Amino acid sequence: MKKLFALLLTLAMVLSLAACGAKEEAPADKGENAPAAEETGSVYYLNFKPEFDEALQGLAKTYTEKTGVEVKVVTAASGTYSDTLTAEMAKDEAPTIFNIGNMSGLKDWDEYALDLKDTALAGELNTDGFNLYNEAGELKAMGHCFESFGIIVNVDLLNAAGYELSDITNFETLKACADDIHARAGELGFDAFTSAGLDGSSSWRFSGHLVNMPLFYEFRDDGVVEQPATVTGAYLDNFRNIWDLYITDSSADAKTLSTSTGDESKAMLTEGKAVFYQNGSWEYASLTEAGLTNLAMIPIYCGVEGEEKAGLCSGTENCWAVNSQVSEADQKASLDFLYWLVTDAEAAQVVVDQLGAIPFKSAPESANGFLADGNELASAGNYTVTWAFNHTPNVDSFRATLVTALTAYSADPTDANWDAVVSAYVDGWAIEYATVNG
Amino acid sequence: MAKKKVTNVNLVQRPIKKWAPLFILPTFAAFCIGFVWPFLQGIYLSFCNFNTPKDAKWTGIVNYTKVFSDAGFMNAFKNTAAFAIVSIILINVVAFFIAYALTQKLRGSNLFRTVFFMPNLIGGVVLGYIWSMIFDGILKQYGTYLTANGTYGFWGLVILVAWQQIGYMMIIYIAGLQAVPEDMLEAARIDGANSKETLFKVIIPNVMPAITTCTFLTLTNSFKMFDQNLALTGGLPSVIENGAKVNVTELLALNIYSTYNINKNWHGVAQAKAVVFFILVAVLAIAQQAATRSKEVQQ
Repeated sequence: MKKLFALLLTLAMVLSLAACGAKEEAPADKGENAPAAEETGSVYYLNFKPEFDEALQGLAKTYTEKTGVEVKVVTAASGTYSDTLTAEMAKDEAPTIFNIGNMSGLKDWDEYALDLKDTALAGELNTDGFNLYNEAGELKAMGHCFESFGIIVNVDLLNAAGYELSDITNFETLKACADDIHARAGELGFDAFTSAGLDGSSSWRFSGHLVNMPLFYEFRDDGVVEQPATVTGAYLDNFRNIWDLYITDSSADAKTLSTSTGDESKAMLTEGKAVFYQNGSWEYASLTEAGLTNLAMIPIYCGVEGEEKAGLCSGTENCWAVNSQVSEADQKASLDFLYWLVTDAEAAQVVVDQLGAIPFKSAPESANGFLADGNELASAGNYTVTWAFNHTPNVDSFRATLVTALTAYSADPTDANWDAVVSAYVDGWAIEYATVNG
Repeated sequence: MAKKKVTNVNLVQRPIKKWAPLFILPTFAAFCIGFVWPFLQGIYLSFCNFNTPKDAKWTGIVNYTKVFSDAGFMNAFKNTAAFAIVSIILINVVAFFIAYALTQKLRGSNLFRTVFFMPNLIGGVVLGYIWSMIFDGILKQYGTYLTANGTYGFWGLVILVAWQQIGYMMIIYIAGLQAVPEDMLEAARIDGANSKETLFKVIIPNVMPAITTCTFLTLTNSFKMFDQNLALTGGLPSVIENGAKVNVTELLALNIYSTYNINKNWHGVAQAKAVVFFILVAVLAIAQQAATRSKEVQQ
């Protein structure tokens, strides 16, 4: 028995040595092939959107078959992109294409991003609105798709309650309609709003997206275009208006929103138990698959003057950056691949199907009904509510404080508790700004 | 039976000793690659501003000054200390008495041992989410919720960790209790010691090695607590106190983790916190070992 044990241990040791040896051989092997790879370059795309992974892998394969250029696609698990990117960038074979989400992401990765201004890819853009520029004015990250959020409406239920979509044009009409539906909920069999859950799976809809309303309007008034050190909270009363509506005109218990999840909220819409659901264009496919056919997305109204002319909140956290620290051949191969993605008819169709709308000249139309609603509003001359929240400093921490305050306020909606929300917004911003820039 | 051989021990051992370095080499190399090098690099990086380890720039002790002026870190330190004290006492006392009870030849004691040990087999993140549902379900009856204040979160974590670790420590204590020499117990009985005297004068001094092990494990576990903290409350509630941001139920490891994720200027600070954290845990663990070892008796 002892002998057998010793034998096994020796075997394990030999195997581990052999494993080490094998690893060392790998780069030597590469060395021989390296010159060939240098000439054409290769692409390593570190993908940000898990739902885009499968399609992107397919596109990469097609591209390799067509051109012979090697394209490797790796997708970071949901919520771990910055960790994965940091780890991958430290390697010798770093990603050649990666994602930068917003201005603070650009500050972290500025040194790694190539200026894309004079590339053929940039020439294909039909708008400059989603791009990220650094302080030197270089185009460092290119917004390659955009999304919209607003209030999703189940039009069939709205009609059943005796209202038309055109009846809702501002906060007063929205409130009148929602209050009426809530009052008649027992008789109608459905309520106005889905639950405003503040569980981690749902709270970003409010601490991130809904808070965009007061941020957008105060930045518009103050002409803010860069991350400000402080915010005023001038429109927080409007934020309170819409939040009160969400928690009052709903069948969900406002005292226990901290445990109410995103799935619960979505189920209330798909099961026909509520008319209004705040979320974004990315939900279109899953909602239509759930059998909802008559859906629309309307702007978030919160009682700001002139909001009858508001559009949807549109923006992106998906911006391509090309790694400036890899070889020129790899940079060129990466730019060529991206160019092909948005100009090749078949490839662009796949990208549009997966990402919704993409801001490139030759891209096909999107089948996403919510983005179509957004386009319609924009064509009618309504102003687009941009993603002001992209300026948020230390965004996760800022949102956590806001969620804490909102949860306490929802359980007990007093003025004192609202003051904590105001403080989380105004003081929280200043603290996070000092943290990030200090 | 063959006739007895006389072996010269030195003759056998000498060639083995000569080759010892070769046999040590694989493990030693793995230890260097997997531990020593990253550890030294970690200390170096704690003095740098870096995004990836490749672009580290030396900045001196700036990171360390930021560590000690961070209200969040000080709060996490206080939480961790309080949590460690409470959980060390609770876990060890309860585990010891369960082990004591289960070595009294009760019916079904094997079943109880298995059942008490089982929570230890579930991963920390899963436990955190399950217990957050349990606590929220209970607190809902009283119109409140787990992250409403720091007290619920703190005691929630204590209950969770006690539930998880008591079974494990119990096994160690059972082994320790079974190793108490029967003749010693018999002698105590003959000398007329009552059960209380037997427990404190005979059994406990004899299980001191198990107590050393268990306090060491609970101490280091409490300080390194991460998954359960992340999954149960995630540090929430997050409030503003005296002009500084504080995550009320955050422990040290989670604080280090969230510091790293602020932005690249905080990577070095998180690294510095990790070094401070290491020194703290090492000093405490060594002190604890010295303190409990001195109470151990020779059997």
